[in-house]
Amino acid sequence: MRNLISFVVGGLFGAGLLISGMTDTTKVQGWLDIFGNWDPTLAFVMGGAILPMAIAWQMTNGRKPVLADHFPAPPDPKLGRNLVVGSTLFGMGWGLVGLCPGPAVASLSFGGWGGALFLITMLLGMRLAPALRMRLDQQSAPV
Amino acid sequence: MQSDWLLGLIGGGLIGMAAALLLLTNGRIMGASGIIGGLVDGSGRHDWTERAALIGGLLLVPAIMVAFSGGSETHLTENGIIIAIAGLLVGIGTRLANGCTSGHGVCGISRLSLRGIVATAFYIGAGGLTVVLFKHVLGVI
Repeated sequence: MRNLISFVVGGLFGAGLLISGMTDTTKVQGWLDIFGNWDPTLAFVMGGAILPMAIAWQMTNGRKPVLADHFPAPPDPKLGRNLVVGSTLFGMGWGLVGLCPGPAVASLSFGGWGGALFLITMLLGMRLAPALRMRLDQQSAPV
Repeated sequence: MQSDWLLGLIGGGLIGMAAALLLLTNGRIMGASGIIGGLVDGSGRHDWTERAALIGGLLLVPAIMVAFSGGSETHLTENGIIIAIAGLLVGIGTRLANGCTSGHGVCGISRLSLRGIVATAFYIGAGGLTVVLFKHVLGVI
């Protein structure tokens, strides 16, 4: 049952990305391009997604998930260097081509060789990340 | 242009409802990079079927929609080197930061998580600067 829900969630997520235009890299780069022909669509997508999710977070109070024992732990208040460095690297890649992980999967069927190359190199980066994180953590550890 | 905003709002609403369904039913956060990354580095081995099912829906439903609507365009650059560098940056960056646009952006901001808000500020800022530098200064994208 949890697998079926996950599949439906993935499908809704993919349909939403396609309908909203977030699989079109020009719309994403258009949002980031404040000095060019600025495209505000992404702000509407974010707003449209955050609203139902904010209601869902409110509904978690004093309840349990239908098919699980507990909800995710409250957000970690610590920021840390990895969050800042990681988000900056992610933003650079996102700006370069206009793809992030969700749309990269959602557009794989019609994204051609470029979309496939992006997904493969993204998976490679994800595979390398834990080792890099360990090195960064060692460097920042007090001597 | 106005219909773009409306479609953005409708599509965004679907994304938010998908995230809400996953949270209220399975008790999980819908973060694309975490769900995919957990399969790649082995940290999500215990619930790999749920991760694979979600990725399957994410891939299959747009594929079917595009097949029936007569195609869609990603307008991705043709420069393979830039695509490969961007893919590596997105893969490493989202896993270091523990989240991307869906996890930190949609799911984090909606619960007023400081980490989600800071991460979103940094990736949008870095993305904006990258577009300015590579498009308007260097002219390579």
